[in-house]
Amino acid sequence: MSVLVGNQSRVVVQGFTGSEGSFHASQMLEYGTCVVGGVTPGKGGRSHLGLPVFNTVHQAVVTHDANVSIIFVPPQFAADAIMEAADAGVQLIVAITEGIPVADMVRVKHFLSQHQSRLIGPNCPGVISPGKCKVGIMPGFIHQPGNIGVVSRSGTLTYEAVDQLTKLGLGQSTCIGIGGDPIIGTTTLDAVKLLMDDPETEGIVMIGEIGGDMESEAAIWLNDHMSKPVIGFIAGQTAPIGRKMGHAGAIVGGASDTAEAKMNVLRQCGIHVVQSPAHIGLTMLNALKSWG
Amino acid sequence: MNLHEYQAKEILKQYGVAVPGGIVADSEDSAIDAARMVKSMTGCERWVVKAQIHAGGRGKGGGVKLATSEHHIAELVRSMLGMNLVTPQTGVHGKTVLKVLIAPDVYGDNISAIREFYMSVLLNRTTGQNMLVYSPRGGVDIEAVAVSEPDQLFREIIYPGMGLLDFQARKIAFRMGLSGLAFSNMVVFVKKLVIAYEQSDASLIEINPVVKTVDDHILAVDAKMTVDDNALFRHTDYDHLRDLTEEDPAEVEASRHHLNFVKLNGNVGCMVNGAGLAMATMDMIQLAGGRPANFLDVGGGASAATVQAGLRIILSDERVKAVLVNIFGGIVRCDRVAAGIVEACRQLGAIPVPIIVRLQGTNAREGKEIIDQSGLKVFSAITLDEAAHLVNDLVGQSD
Repeated sequence: MSVLVGNQSRVVVQGFTGSEGSFHASQMLEYGTCVVGGVTPGKGGRSHLGLPVFNTVHQAVVTHDANVSIIFVPPQFAADAIMEAADAGVQLIVAITEGIPVADMVRVKHFLSQHQSRLIGPNCPGVISPGKCKVGIMPGFIHQPGNIGVVSRSGTLTYEAVDQLTKLGLGQSTCIGIGGDPIIGTTTLDAVKLLMDDPETEGIVMIGEIGGDMESEAAIWLNDHMSKPVIGFIAGQTAPIGRKMGHAGAIVGGASDTAEAKMNVLRQCGIHVVQSPAHIGLTMLNALKSWG
Repeated sequence: MNLHEYQAKEILKQYGVAVPGGIVADSEDSAIDAARMVKSMTGCERWVVKAQIHAGGRGKGGGVKLATSEHHIAELVRSMLGMNLVTPQTGVHGKTVLKVLIAPDVYGDNISAIREFYMSVLLNRTTGQNMLVYSPRGGVDIEAVAVSEPDQLFREIIYPGMGLLDFQARKIAFRMGLSGLAFSNMVVFVKKLVIAYEQSDASLIEINPVVKTVDDHILAVDAKMTVDDNALFRHTDYDHLRDLTEEDPAEVEASRHHLNFVKLNGNVGCMVNGAGLAMATMDMIQLAGGRPANFLDVGGGASAATVQAGLRIILSDERVKAVLVNIFGGIVRCDRVAAGIVEACRQLGAIPVPIIVRLQGTNAREGKEIIDQSGLKVFSAITLDEAAHLVNDLVGQSD
């Protein structure tokens, strides 16, 4: 078993005919993901990459049973695209788009509270259940099917962690890139809960960064619910206060959202905290051994 | 994008938020003209001269002064323009004052009839909603109020799509202890403030103090405002508000090349693809005995042109003793990135410091071969640990 995406996922690509959408749709198809088609308003009825193009997400859901959407729509229109997918009843919405205005995401978050859909992202690499389904832009080949769950706010840092795991023979159940924006659909805690409840997942790697309190929130929950080892890394130990470090959400606002403060909370809650990003894989391996 | 006080007040005014009528000046002469104009508009014969820099605590550094005559204004402006203003928020190097705001003194002689409040509108990241934070204790450091009198700090949720509701506006005015005309003016003030925040795509508006004047007007006497960079496409009229003199020249140069760059004070430059990995690389440099000189995310592409621009910017800092390039190839292939690095190094000519290139992911081996065979003085690594050791070998002992 895996979480969020798997063999049952039927994916529709929003922003299908654009360059990003086209490239990553073909990569996903190559990985074996069941992509049923894409949406580009005004281009409905055509065919692209051998798949149907729809005018609306609703059409993709009604005619092809799409239950997952991946969004490559430019930031100006991305909030609308997310809400369209939710309105159409898509279960899982993965928003890759970077640069969506915060005000738009405030509206999206409110909209989603009245719908059943789960949002991953925005500004994220997506979700992959290795060997089964890839809904994202991550390089598929570095992954390997297995039993480690990965939750991360970052893209390439996640690839780094996954690569270390794979090279140590630790495959992954599901890797969830939750995104680097201040407002995201699925928090660290949401993702950690999913993996903690997944019988196939035997260990969790949690990669956070400066800004906000998501990692601390997850750690406090884990303190009472840790039924498998958890490794934690917080990027930005050397980041200055008040500066945005690439991700819109990576900014130290006060004493509680520095890397050091978060690492302390993680440690107190029984998480194996990794000081150097070079040792994520090895620490997981050792933690699994000592867990027994 | 951070705004100056005078720019923020201009925007607030457009949305009907009451501000004292001040005028910005960049010379003694224009300051005198501004003072006369302020006098003719408000009848006020005392002015406040306020240095315009992107940092708070200006009063503490001597950047806010009261003037009682035109002669006095000239004197103050002369000493303030060009001065290096150091405040608790500027860091030790301070910031150069290039503009001053000439504002009417709204306090007057009857200080006992004046009230000062605190107000800010910002995002609550935990709930994903905006909120208005306020306190009847204004004009002082709000962080200190939060510690000493936490029961005097209040917040209202701004419900998405509804603005500030009437009952919330009344609650605020009651909590501020107002009645009569001042109460009604406060209700209008807070509702308009929230409209200004939402419609200008601000990510922060902080007003400290909000002042109740002798004649019961409610005014934003100071204003700190930040606009969401991601929303600037909706506000092309704000383009000219960006003040490049407030930014680090290296950061301005980097933004021209669409590079995400933050200047730091260390001795090891770094260039990385992806923001999270870039932060992690900085952390690793520190653990290896160096100090990061910058944050630089070159994005997914990492083409020869981008790499070259990035290297040039990093090397313009003389404190840099080594550069670490850390690329995790996913969709982008390491051999391509390696070729880009080799080309960039050739075009830059003699590079005075050692460069460590760590390529991992797609075609990492091929990438390393290209680097190793290039004849350039470049150290290559594949694992993060190898790169850390190279950093330690090169700068770990030196300082």
